Amino acid sequence: MSSSGNRTNRRDLLKGTAALAPIVALAGSRALADGRIKHDDWASSAPAPAHPTTADYKPTFFTADEYAFLIAACSRLIPQDEHGPGATELGVPQYIDRQMVTPWADGGIWYMQGPFFPAKPEFGYQASLTPKQQFQQGIKAIDALCQKQFQKPFAGLAPTQQDDLLKGIEKGTVSSPDLPLKTFFTSFLLKTVMEGYFCDPMYGGNKDMAAWTMIAYPGVRADYLEWVGEAKPYPYGPVSMYGARG
Amino acid sequence: MATVNKPVDVVIVGFGWTGAIMAMELAQTGLSVLALERGKDQDTVPDFAYPKVVDEIAQSARNGLLQNLSQTTVTIRHDKNDRALPYRQIGSFKPGTGVGGAGIHWSGVHSRVMPDELRMKSRVIERYGEKFIPPDMQLQDWGITYDELEPHFDRFEYTCGTSGKAGNIMGKIIEGGNPFEGPRSREYPLPPLIDPPTSVLFAKATKELGYKPFALPASNASRPYKNPYGCQLGPCNFCGFCSDYGCINYSKASPQTTILPALYRMPNFSYRTECHVLKVNTDSTGKKATGVTYVDAKGAEFEQPASIVVLAAFHLHNVRLMMTSKIGQIYNPDTGEGTVGRNFCYQMIDSVNLFFDNKTYINQFMGAGGVGQEIEEYMADNFDHGPENFIGGGVIWGRQTGNGPVRGIPVPKGTPTWGSGWKQAVKENFLHTGRIEAQLSNMAYKGCFLDLDPTYKDVYGTPMLRMTLNWQDNDLRMSEFFGKKLDAIGKAMGATSMSGRVLKRGDSWDTRAYQSTHINGGTAMGADPKTSVVNKYLQSWDVSNLFVLGANVFAHGIGYNPTGLVGALAYWAAANIRSTYLKNPGPMVPV
Repeated sequence: MSSSGNRTNRRDLLKGTAALAPIVALAGSRALADGRIKHDDWASSAPAPAHPTTADYKPTFFTADEYAFLIAACSRLIPQDEHGPGATELGVPQYIDRQMVTPWADGGIWYMQGPFFPAKPEFGYQASLTPKQQFQQGIKAIDALCQKQFQKPFAGLAPTQQDDLLKGIEKGTVSSPDLPLKTFFTSFLLKTVMEGYFCDPMYGGNKDMAAWTMIAYPGVRADYLEWVGEAKPYPYGPVSMYGARG
Repeated sequence: MATVNKPVDVVIVGFGWTGAIMAMELAQTGLSVLALERGKDQDTVPDFAYPKVVDEIAQSARNGLLQNLSQTTVTIRHDKNDRALPYRQIGSFKPGTGVGGAGIHWSGVHSRVMPDELRMKSRVIERYGEKFIPPDMQLQDWGITYDELEPHFDRFEYTCGTSGKAGNIMGKIIEGGNPFEGPRSREYPLPPLIDPPTSVLFAKATKELGYKPFALPASNASRPYKNPYGCQLGPCNFCGFCSDYGCINYSKASPQTTILPALYRMPNFSYRTECHVLKVNTDSTGKKATGVTYVDAKGAEFEQPASIVVLAAFHLHNVRLMMTSKIGQIYNPDTGEGTVGRNFCYQMIDSVNLFFDNKTYINQFMGAGGVGQEIEEYMADNFDHGPENFIGGGVIWGRQTGNGPVRGIPVPKGTPTWGSGWKQAVKENFLHTGRIEAQLSNMAYKGCFLDLDPTYKDVYGTPMLRMTLNWQDNDLRMSEFFGKKLDAIGKAMGATSMSGRVLKRGDSWDTRAYQSTHINGGTAMGADPKTSVVNKYLQSWDVSNLFVLGANVFAHGIGYNPTGLVGALAYWAAANIRSTYLKNPGPMVPV
């Protein structure tokens, strides 16, 4: 990418930001003080409407094949077992699908301008792909590997085959000509699965706060003055942003 | 063409802690004061109200209260011969944004400075001889004393309602406080917070090991408190959402909870948000600032004339504004000439997770940013560095800052990263895990500096600030020393296993994992214009009506959290502007 191209992009970006941003050009302290004293915007202190996990959820971003991959991967990364519920059962694929329409998925909270150079790991993610592109290309690359080796997509493999493949990707022993799979696995897939497992249920994962209950996390109770001085079990179950109690 | 605004007496760039302090102190004199803030307006209600703000996905996973790096960031490299790359995602440090700045998402740890730290070079030479200083270390005194700053530390603590226990009141050592601290004029405004389980275990273990633990000073209020501006704080309820979050309880000191309600009532004060300052304007001599140029949310450019310009943004922006405004000379590491960007420093954190048996309840989800117990036997020059052969020191603490599962659940060494084994480990350990840390100074080096990146620009077309910094041998040897102390304390606390990150020789600065937002230096204060950018009153040596606040004036990275010193320096600068500068504008220290 040429430097003049970059400059144009940035200028466009600036214009775009300006068009979307609310205009808050406050001229005087008096007007401000008056505006503040009213504090009439209590409604905006409430959380966004909760949309917890639903049984009949249809992905809005991922294709049916991509979503099948996510369900299969979630079931291996956090399986349902004797310790507690699994990621798929708690709606983590829904969480990930819903995250794909947030600014984060398009790299909106990251610096994503070029030039891009390969770098030592200490300098963080330096590639040009957005989280959304990582998921699309990562899933495609893993399914392509599975097709080549097993003539089936990842979702069609046996659980032990799936585990072996994911372990190989994590270790770097399984690679793809299409994408650095280890980066996709560690920095995108696994990270997002963990978020969805432990998020507030309003984001679509952690159905019924079951992951919080498993580890005895009280959610957003956020009030421990009476208990903080005592090294004892906390007696109450979790509460969600939306006021549900577990 | 820029629209020229009506002139003001004082324009302040950035409306966080230092901007709010300076605005309040100068507005009290009757001057017209305007603050320009790059981010959005925000306040406890509605922005930090319960439950909206206690959202781990929005705040911790998606950096809701931090600078959006898509607009502007910095570039980083380890060495001046490397190519710098953009800091593309939030990792090692967390710049804030919006009204209140980093004063919103900070933890609340509120320390002063060790008196020796301000004259570290003189102290080292007196005690160990000049040869003890490594040749590449750019150690220099700060040009100011602890005694000069004491009234201003006191003022900032009484603004914040800091909870703590004095260890030295006017030379008298007080049992239970910090026995090493510089003398303070009076007790803290509030008593220490309740100790959570991590801190109780830390205090017991360190006492048994012969140390003198005491409560970390915290600007998380332990009681209801009304400060001298008439602003009211409520007691902290240990909600567990502190660092990364705005306070739901009016308990954590921030500009919003301690200064702004009073400042907003002053008719001679105003502020504008979403105004990004591009440069400080100077007259044809280059010796006098005429105001600033900024871009508003619509992309329109404005020139704001002012008699006094104050840079009060976060470290990165203050330093870059000096460079892009061409005030002073940018530091050249090859010749040693130039001062802007010189002595860029950071801070080191060694962090150890302690795993206890299932009968020991830590309850890491409870906590407050500043609550904890600490020891300072190895801070600054409180111990003999001769046998250890390094310069610097730090604090060791057992804090319980509050943690939730999206922020990451520490697991014992050897735990798989996913699958049933991982799940079993988080389930078994979540309630029984604590953390101890050492926070260490970072000395100044010839090869660690800031300048402007030749390749990357921000959305405004301004070159990004380029950081050149890596851990040096002296500092890594110090970290290894502290690693051993942490290990002994963790064992004495009864941990069944430990895991964590202790920096050792050969390690490089890793920009991915959170380390500390305490970056500093680059516009050092000092007594010599050849090695500093501002004089002891934080007045530019080159442009006498320009004042530069923030941790960028530090001459090296201290072991303490910097906010207490940053706030005190802002009060000190304001007091001297009021008492001296306004009566006789011009250089306050002859060049």
